[in-house]
Amino acid sequence: MENFTPVSAIMGGLLIGSAAMLTLWTTGRIAGISGILSGAMFPKQQDTLWRLLFIAGLLLGGAVYAIASGGLEVITQASPVMTVIAGLLVGFGTRIGSGCTSGHGICGIARFSQRSFVATGTFMLAGFITVYLVRHV
Amino acid sequence: MYKADATADNPPISAFIAISASGFLFGLGLAISGMTNPAKVVGSLDIAGNWDPSLILVMVAGLGITVPSFHFILKQKQPLFTKQFFLPTRNDLDGKLITGAALFGVGWGIGGYCPSPALAALVSLNTNVILFCGAMLVGVVMHHFLMEK
Repeated sequence: MENFTPVSAIMGGLLIGSAAMLTLWTTGRIAGISGILSGAMFPKQQDTLWRLLFIAGLLLGGAVYAIASGGLEVITQASPVMTVIAGLLVGFGTRIGSGCTSGHGICGIARFSQRSFVATGTFMLAGFITVYLVRHV
Repeated sequence: MYKADATADNPPISAFIAISASGFLFGLGLAISGMTNPAKVVGSLDIAGNWDPSLILVMVAGLGITVPSFHFILKQKQPLFTKQFFLPTRNDLDGKLITGAALFGVGWGIGGYCPSPALAALVSLNTNVILFCGAMLVGVVMHHFLMEK
């Protein structure tokens, strides 16, 4: 467990939770990124602007941290082909499953949504099994 | 999935400032937590190897804020700057939910990214991050044309 970074994990988690709290409190929306993204790409209502602003803020948050800390550490282990397959599965899967780590994991569980408990358990389990198969089999 | 926006608010500018600030805090939190680094995420999913529990702690800390605060926020009549809450209304468990979550989990384990950290890491201009985000958008487009009518 020498890679465990509890302080930054807690600080980051508290900020993410605060962002989800602020989103719901001020605008009544769920901070679920896959839903915000797909809703911005295929608008059903006139709500594209807030979605784009949220995503712009997200990108800016990453950028400000990168500037302040001298760069974002990004180490990828998957090949380009596997990266594309992963991206397709994440994009397609989060739409079929109506959410991702933020919408189901951080917001849905906080609403005690049965669907979010099941979805979060499922994608965590699938992630554990996938990494086990990739690394240990 | 969401309640129809029938009473279509014309949200005040403060709502748009708040939503931008929320996105910013979200991105900052992801970067600080290290979840923008796929190697760290995969290490956090590698319970049989040299396990790094950081991801679990990020989720627990996040829930430490959302669980109590959502409880109080959802007791309010309306949000601060808009007229209504936009909450998912479904409560049934179906095959799509589980299949989708499973497919997502497999992609997450392979690529080390879920949607938000991938977007927040775009600033790195790392080729694999750009590839991942491009493919993720294609996945959303595929879903739109294959699964929605």
